[in-house]
This record gives sequence, C-alpha cells and structure tokens, in this order.
Amino acid sequence: MNLYVVNLLLAMAWMTLTDSFSLGNMIFGFVLSAAALSLIREQVGSVGYFSKIGRILSLLILFLYELVMSAVRVAILVVKPNMNLKPGIFAYQLQVDRDHEITLLANLITLTPGTLSVDVSEDRSTLYIHALDCSDVDQIRKDIAEGFERKILEAFR
Amino acid sequence: MIDGLADIIAGLMIIAGSTFAFLAAVGLWRLPDIYTRMHSASKTGTVGSGLLLLALAAHVGDTSTVTRALAGVVFFLLTAPISAHLLAKVSYAVGYRLTDISVVDELKK
Repeated sequence: MNLYVVNLLLAMAWMTLTDSFSLGNMIFGFVLSAAALSLIREQVGSVGYFSKIGRILSLLILFLYELVMSAVRVAILVVKPNMNLKPGIFAYQLQVDRDHEITLLANLITLTPGTLSVDVSEDRSTLYIHALDCSDVDQIRKDIAEGFERKILEAFR
Repeated sequence: MIDGLADIIAGLMIIAGSTFAFLAAVGLWRLPDIYTRMHSASKTGTVGSGLLLLALAAHVGDTSTVTRALAGVVFFLLTAPISAHLLAKVSYAVGYRLTDISVVDELKK
C-alpha cells in the first residue's frame, strides 16, 4: 500500500487518540507517524519514501534560498545609479522531458536570480530564458543544469 | 515575552516586505523594457507581498489566520512565475522589442 496513505492514517489515529483535531496536532501526528514508519523502513520497504521526502525538501530549501537571493539581487540592482544591464534571451537545452518537470523547472528559473522563462519550443526540447546579465551565458546554463535541473531529476525519477 | 518577540518579528517582516515592494516599484520605473521589468515585478514583488503575509501570520498567530496566510504565500509563489512567463511570451509574440542594450536574442527566428 502507498506509504503516504499509511502515514496519513496513522496521523488520523493519533488525532483521534489525543482527541484534538487542530492543524498543529495533525502536523505533529504526521511527523510522529513518519518517524514511526522510518523505524521499520527496512521491513516495509519504505527506504525510497524517506529519501524521496529528503530530496523534495532539499529542492524546496534550495528554491526558497534562491528566491530570496534573487529578490535581494534585483532590489540592489534597481537602486544602483548605473545599472549596467546586459539583458538578452538565450536558449537552454532541456534534459527533463515530462510536462510537469518542465513546468516546475520553468517556474523555478523565473523565481531565481536574473532569469525569466519566456517560451518553450514546440518539441519541448528547448527553453528560452531572458536574463538580466547575459555576459556569461554558459555559466548560467551550467548553474541551471547543476542546480535545479539535477535536483528535479533526483526528486522525481 | 513570547508576545513581544512575535511583535518584533512581525514588525521587522513588515519593514522588509514593504521595502521589497517599494524596490519592486522602483524597478518597474527604472528598468528599460517589459522583459527586464518582469524580473522586478515577479521576484521582488513576490518576496515583498509574501513577507507581509508572513508578518500578518506572526502577529495574529491563530491557526486559521496562519493557514490562510501560508496558503496565500504558496499561491503567490505558484502564480507569479506563470503570469510573468505569459506576459513575456505574449509580448514577444506581438513584437515588443528587447531594449537596445540587449546582447543576445536566441529566440529570434
């Protein structure tokens, strides 16, 4: 059976037993039952489930960090007297090929420093990205491939 | 003690959030074309409004307000990139030029 469902059922059992249906208690019950499941992960074959949670969490943390950095960088840029922009649109060859992964990657790119997804080609192989600083396009391509794209592949494959 | 701390955190987040929102507006005014302006609106604007919602959650502190504020932040994060992407795509399709100082345009056919 799906381990997520088991986890949820255990959390509901926790809420029933403690007679409190508040959100805080539900989250606590969920964490508690996840901890219980992790104790027997070898027996029920849930090792993948926990490493997957870990990878999705690490993607989330990377995303929030990059978002804040990006906002700070744009904010600093717009108050500089000389903005020294080198904007442009460059093409990015995608490794991910499923629709939801492309959507996620495009959204993450938009919310990170200096880059904005503009369009995806008809055959879904190329993403067109607008960047505020196109002086070193290859470096940006490398950052995306080794940062977000790799994390997405780890989290969903 | 805890109440005072929550108020201080909320206050700091309101100051940071409004600063980001203000700088997003400055960015809209100073940047040269629609594509560079979308950077300012989609990122700095999202972080600014997100911080203001989190400040509300820290200040009020009851479960229903906190969950709705967090849901608001999540919806900001989901919708801001999509609207920025659509605006940029449509602007390019109807022929808005990139600013003259642009260095590359690999989308041009």
